Amino acid sequence: MEPLKHGCARCAIGRRSFLRLAGGTALSFLFPGMAARAATQRGVERPKSLITLWLSGGPSQLETWDPHPGKLGQASDFRLATRLKGVFVSPWFPRVADVLDRLTVIRSLTSKEGDHERASYYLKTGYRPDPTLRHPSLGAILTQQMPDPELEIPQHMTISPSNWPAHGGFLGDQFDAFKIFDPRDGLQNMQAPVEAERQKSRQESLRLVEKSFRARNPAGGDRTRHQETVDEAFAMMSSDQLGAFHLEDETKAVRERYGKSAFGQGCLLARRLVEVGVRAIEVTLDGFDSHVNNLETQKSRAEDLDPALAALILDLEERDLLQSTVVLVIGEFGRTPKINLAEGRDHWPQGFSALVGGGGLRRGIVIGETDPEGQKEMPSDPIQVENLFATVLSVVGVKHDRELMTRVGRPMKLCAGSPLARLRMS
Amino acid sequence: MIPFEDVEHKTGTFGALIRLLPLVAGVALAVGWAASTPVVLQGPPRAVPADASMADAVAALNSAVDRLAVGKGLHVARPAPDLTVLRRITLAFFGTVPSLQEVRGFEADRAPQRLERWVDRFLEDRRFGDYFAERLATFVVGTDDNQFLLFRRDRFREWLSSRLMANTPYDQVVRELVSQQGLWTGKPAANFVTAAVGDDDLDEMKLAGRTVRSFLGQRMDCAQCHDHPFADWTQAQFQGLAAFYGQTGITLAGVEDDPEKELEIREDGMPVMKDDGAVKKKVVPPTVPFHPEWLPATGTRRQKLGEWLTHRNNRRFARAVSNRVWGYLFGRPFHQPVDDLPDPPVGESDQVLDIVARDFARHGYDFRRLLRVLTRSKVFRADSSVPQVLEADELEKHEKAWAVFPLVRLRPEQIVGSFQQTFTMRTVNQNAPLIMRFIRLVQENEFIQRFGDLGDDELREGGGTIPQRLMLLNGKLPNELAEASPISAAGRISGMAPTDEVCVETAYLVCLTRRPEPAERDYFVGRLAGKTGDDRSAVMHDLFWTLFNTTEFSWNH
Repeated sequence: MEPLKHGCARCAIGRRSFLRLAGGTALSFLFPGMAARAATQRGVERPKSLITLWLSGGPSQLETWDPHPGKLGQASDFRLATRLKGVFVSPWFPRVADVLDRLTVIRSLTSKEGDHERASYYLKTGYRPDPTLRHPSLGAILTQQMPDPELEIPQHMTISPSNWPAHGGFLGDQFDAFKIFDPRDGLQNMQAPVEAERQKSRQESLRLVEKSFRARNPAGGDRTRHQETVDEAFAMMSSDQLGAFHLEDETKAVRERYGKSAFGQGCLLARRLVEVGVRAIEVTLDGFDSHVNNLETQKSRAEDLDPALAALILDLEERDLLQSTVVLVIGEFGRTPKINLAEGRDHWPQGFSALVGGGGLRRGIVIGETDPEGQKEMPSDPIQVENLFATVLSVVGVKHDRELMTRVGRPMKLCAGSPLARLRMS
Repeated sequence: MIPFEDVEHKTGTFGALIRLLPLVAGVALAVGWAASTPVVLQGPPRAVPADASMADAVAALNSAVDRLAVGKGLHVARPAPDLTVLRRITLAFFGTVPSLQEVRGFEADRAPQRLERWVDRFLEDRRFGDYFAERLATFVVGTDDNQFLLFRRDRFREWLSSRLMANTPYDQVVRELVSQQGLWTGKPAANFVTAAVGDDDLDEMKLAGRTVRSFLGQRMDCAQCHDHPFADWTQAQFQGLAAFYGQTGITLAGVEDDPEKELEIREDGMPVMKDDGAVKKKVVPPTVPFHPEWLPATGTRRQKLGEWLTHRNNRRFARAVSNRVWGYLFGRPFHQPVDDLPDPPVGESDQVLDIVARDFARHGYDFRRLLRVLTRSKVFRADSSVPQVLEADELEKHEKAWAVFPLVRLRPEQIVGSFQQTFTMRTVNQNAPLIMRFIRLVQENEFIQRFGDLGDDELREGGGTIPQRLMLLNGKLPNELAEASPISAAGRISGMAPTDEVCVETAYLVCLTRRPEPAERDYFVGRLAGKTGDDRSAVMHDLFWTLFNTTEFSWNH
């Protein structure tokens, strides 16, 4: 079935009603790029997905979700009211402020890892780095434990990956996140480089040479799983689900809502991927490592993050996907309360922030507090990273403490933490 | 000049820079340039001096491998065709397939002991030093970029390569690595130590773990925090070993040993954490977990450790490196995991790894000899298939008992290396100008980035994942390299071959290091028949693309 390429804008009816129409009847084919199955599955019964917005470099908690106006180098009016009464965020996030009631603000995440690579490892896997084995990232765990058998495209993806993209670790590299370098570029390596006729003839040649190999090595053909991977690759290449990558099918209004940046379009792509059933998606926004010129750096990141995050939340909600999609907005650590000589802030894993919501998690609360005077290192009500991850896993339906035997003969739990009861919906 | 790897790491604009260079133009320019300065092959390699002890070692190794298959109802594979073995050698030594030039030279060489002589020639080729050095570097210092100012991977690799080319005894190399003092730029061996520096602090525990894994083939890392659950290592033993690095630090003069420094741990026995501040600590004296009599009386702590590690009675040392080199040649180490070997058997053993290790140790840890012995073994020259074996699990049983040569997926850099070699028919050599290495580096990094790097756990076999398959099927690199143009192999073969049969045969030799089967030849010759110009180019393009996408191309067999 060819996904029709015309966008909703050409239809005279409004988007919401169109959605309802398309989803509820056999008109789902009108909705571009979506398999019938995904289009009809909405709401709570839908298998859950995870979108991680990875803020690479260490976003400053003070300039994002945990401002202390008048202190720690911040202007006295450096705060913005949000939908949550009494809760303020950085004034650079007006749109996020408007949707904050759909999320929970954690201000007391704490870690002992202050090095980018080690901290990224910890904040992606829930484990501190270990020389004997590689732990899987949260998305890989979800994908491995709860795969979608009807999905023809990769189940675990990373958009605009930075240095240490989400990986399968000891679960196997088939669970490494599939990399999409620029969401606006469309898909890499998904399309045959020649036209259909010639592609067919190439496939025929390939089958012949493979047959010859198999004749000389009958067991080897099976052993290498070559035919299976080729078949899976071809299935993916011709899958309708690839329509998810056609960002041009969205209306201009929607695309602009997310923002023109690679990150914004990446979030839009993430939403579309969730719609066709992709289990775990990581979207990276780089450039938060503000050792120099903290204010300028964080502000420029906010310009990309604010519209994209808000648009994603609203979009998921409108499409009835928020209850089945966990959204995690997180970085590897925060930044120092004290400003350094270069007007920057350095690494600060002791007490930093994250936003989390959707998927059946509690919304509209704030957990923890950092010291406005910057004297106390530890925040009140500290939250361990692994406990946050255990909560996310349990809410998407994974047994977080399941123990697997790794290749090195060492048993390892999927997650070493325990779920936080107050983060779950009662 | 800052090495390219570091530029990429630092600025991240590397990718942008490269997108300015049209891919094929870049490759063509560079490879054309490289091809114009080919490796000069001076006829067939000279005869190999007779060495009775090597013949004995090989015979003993062959018997020991044969014994693995006894009583299991397994069939032993026949010898593989010589060209197949040649391919295994160049993949292991250079990370690439044989060039057409090499294939022609090899086939024209009818004198006895052909494979032995070509192995010897290859051991003198700088490409061997460079590729093997890169692989050894990965296991000795890991793949982290570490702190650039303190760790120079490029210098380290160069140094290791020249040690390999000079065939410096391996025990000497290891002693240098462990005990080197001075600036890591001037004394590149010191990078072994600086590779363990993180956040400006030397991590003795990391270094100890790496030392034991690399040179003793044991994973003691668990023992950092508790007694090893399976082997006999205790936490105290691990810490005692780490204490040999307790006096080592980084100063302006480079890596130095300060007699005033000591390794400390917390009173409860746990390693000191960064936030420990005023917690009570105690000094750890340096101790070795076994055979303290192997420690010499004099020398710095690290020198003593080096002597202990490489003591002629320390069988673990020779076994560890033998296992790893076996892994490089066969794609799979004899014991898995490669850096966690069982304890050496008591007394003189006639088991495979001990035979290899003993021969290696008794001949002054001669690296070249080790490679000669292994490449002369029956199993290295055996076929990767047995006609009677039809099922994958049956084949696996045969592979486990080393009754066949194992089928192992090639590493990403071997696939890139093979692509580049197949683009031309002349041997691409390392003396090629900078631009060639620049291009190669870019392509490798981009390809590896997408293809997936196995990283630190480098002898782990990557499965054939979908992104890799998509890369080969649809990727720009394979497709553009397969195009028939005046400078590509596809184009030149098409233009120069006197007949279509020769054309197809040459394509197969270049890409797959074999001749086509009759059915294959007939098929492709049929498609070429009567075609000229663009039509012919398209067929050649498709032929090369097809060969790139076969199992054979991406696997060692």
